[in-house]
Amino acid sequence: MHLLVCGGTGCRASSSDLIVDRLKAEIASNGLENDVQVIMTGCFGFCEKGPIVKVLPDNTFYTQVKPEDAAEIVREHALKGRKVTRLLYTDPVKKEHVSDSKHMGFYRKQIRIALRNCGFINPENIDEYIARDGYQALGKVLTEMDPQKTIDIIKKSGLRGRGGGGFPTGLKWEIASKNKADQKYVVCNADEGDPGAFMDRSVLEGDPHSVLEAMAICGYSIGASKGLIYIRAEYPLAIKRLKVAIDQAHEYGLLGNDIMGTGFNFDIELRYGAGAFVCGEETALIHSMEGLRGEPTNKPPFPAESGYLGKPTNVNNVETFANVAPIILKGAEWYTSIGTEKSKGTKVFALAGKINNVGLIEVPMGTTLREIIFEIGGGIRNGKKFKAVQTGGPSGGCLTEKHLDIPIDFDNLVAAGSMMGSGGMIVMDEDDCMVSVAKFYLDFTVDESCGKCTPCRVGNKRLSELLGKITDGNGELEDLERLRNLSNVIKDTALCGLGQTSPNPVLSTLDNFYDEYLSHVVDKKCKAGRCKSLMQYVIDPEACVGCTACARNCPVNAISGERKKPHEINTAICIKCGACIEKCKFDAISIK
Amino acid sequence: MTKVKSLADLKMMKDSLKSKISLREKGENSENLVQIKVAMATCGIASGAKVVMDFLLEELDKRGINSVVTQTGCMGYCYAEPTIEVKRPGQEPVVFGYVDTKKADEIIEKYIKNGELVDGIIPTNYETIDGEK
Repeated sequence: MHLLVCGGTGCRASSSDLIVDRLKAEIASNGLENDVQVIMTGCFGFCEKGPIVKVLPDNTFYTQVKPEDAAEIVREHALKGRKVTRLLYTDPVKKEHVSDSKHMGFYRKQIRIALRNCGFINPENIDEYIARDGYQALGKVLTEMDPQKTIDIIKKSGLRGRGGGGFPTGLKWEIASKNKADQKYVVCNADEGDPGAFMDRSVLEGDPHSVLEAMAICGYSIGASKGLIYIRAEYPLAIKRLKVAIDQAHEYGLLGNDIMGTGFNFDIELRYGAGAFVCGEETALIHSMEGLRGEPTNKPPFPAESGYLGKPTNVNNVETFANVAPIILKGAEWYTSIGTEKSKGTKVFALAGKINNVGLIEVPMGTTLREIIFEIGGGIRNGKKFKAVQTGGPSGGCLTEKHLDIPIDFDNLVAAGSMMGSGGMIVMDEDDCMVSVAKFYLDFTVDESCGKCTPCRVGNKRLSELLGKITDGNGELEDLERLRNLSNVIKDTALCGLGQTSPNPVLSTLDNFYDEYLSHVVDKKCKAGRCKSLMQYVIDPEACVGCTACARNCPVNAISGERKKPHEINTAICIKCGACIEKCKFDAISIK
Repeated sequence: MTKVKSLADLKMMKDSLKSKISLREKGENSENLVQIKVAMATCGIASGAKVVMDFLLEELDKRGINSVVTQTGCMGYCYAEPTIEVKRPGQEPVVFGYVDTKKADEIIEKYIKNGELVDGIIPTNYETIDGEK
């Protein structure tokens, strides 16, 4: 019997490492060491209900396990074969316990390619990766294929860059391979910076070898002997597991000199980023690795011609690499059988926001937003109404109800005014104000702008100020036109991809939620009740019994009134903190 | 640590390591495998169920029979411990009593491999409520 315990950052934050210790101790005290193994794996994806413990071979899926539960799991399940019912997942609709993860709505629609080993193997043990066909793809290309043939398979598979742009990976490799140089580089972009995104982190934490193997395959294809992983320093667990993985691969001779006796040399080093958003842009990333300021430069020259230290460099995202080995082993035809016409394979999404099943999922391209949000994601929290979903991070846009049924792929999302981005998906409900959402993203861009080009540095600041003016209740009708014009100018003139896409949150909310902007500007109302300046707290004199609870708790003494008589709020002093609403036992205070 | 010197080397390595995780892969399609439950309550363990369990795990693997062996609680036949329940794909489970390693060997060879019934079957006279699947 194997007990798999999630060792992703989310579950570890909820003491999953302590669960492992307790399970092991309990197993030892029952003398079951030979029969039951405890394995710490990568992310299962179902972060909403973490920490997860999965029992195999019977496929029992325990959720929200606490260290105190370890003894019961061992004594009941491992020893006596009785499932611990209270820890099983409860289907939110049927209200029934589901013990087998195969029957959970969350997993039913998923196809796991990039996440094939996440939540299945111990990421710190190369043997388990090898047992799952690990490094076979590298062996196959080194012994049976020449570089061009390898590139051809990737080209034929239709794999496109998973970092956001969707550039064909095979073509990228081919360009880098054709540029002659004494030294070339393979770079893995692990600078995941979109708010709410954790796809790459989970792959690196759960299956680091899949990225290392693919980088070596890429190195062979383009003629590079050096690989670099640019990873943000705030991913300590991913860094630790990468280091372990690189060391183990070296020990086995799967990295280093003369790999598998073929004469091919490849080495991988880590480079740490300080967490600047712009460093996810490939030219800025390369400059940061060179020790320069993380600022983008004009393309051309593309990194494939002149990249790291002026040498031809191929930069791919973590998830792109994670798809490579299965493509080599199973063939391009297999890969093209999954997905849509122009976007092949699967995509990993990080579900976040007001959704029941927050977590990490991998679905075939062409899955609809409705399937993702309502079937896999389990719908909106607390039975609220779905309002919008933000895809593509600060470069993407907000999609609405009317977009729920379009099949998701690179091109459809762009046509709908958003983009795939790296895979962050933030779900919003009726309580979210779309103007404030746009402002949130713009504030992020303003903070993260490197400042090199004027449209991004100054233009986004002005956009954010205009949005602030509107949420403060001082907006004019002309401001909406100004927002649109300025957005279009930034889009056309900014230097790098990040600047060019930064106005997308504004444009897409203007397109899809124009009435909400209007009500802010014309009626001075925020229907969602988010914009404090547009709200007024009022006491219903009918419902108020004069208990004085609100007046006693108001931090600015804005409420006055006699005992046992209706109270009043002085809106000039009120800071709209909401303390009075919380204290009122008679529901007499409301927001207008 | 041995180095991987060739692709053939790697493949051999994979084959020898496969058993480490095969139990997990079996979880994905356990319906199609022979499933064996060993009663491992106090009574079972006291009568030697652990030895039988280890024997089954080892021998089934050695003899190349794709199967899932799990422990379970007391089946109620404490007089006949150790007891095991064997379920061949698509068939009703059969419970065997007084299983020692010799008996287990016979069960593997005759019942699991060929479906031949052997002595020691305990007629089951209960129904299980298998609600959660």
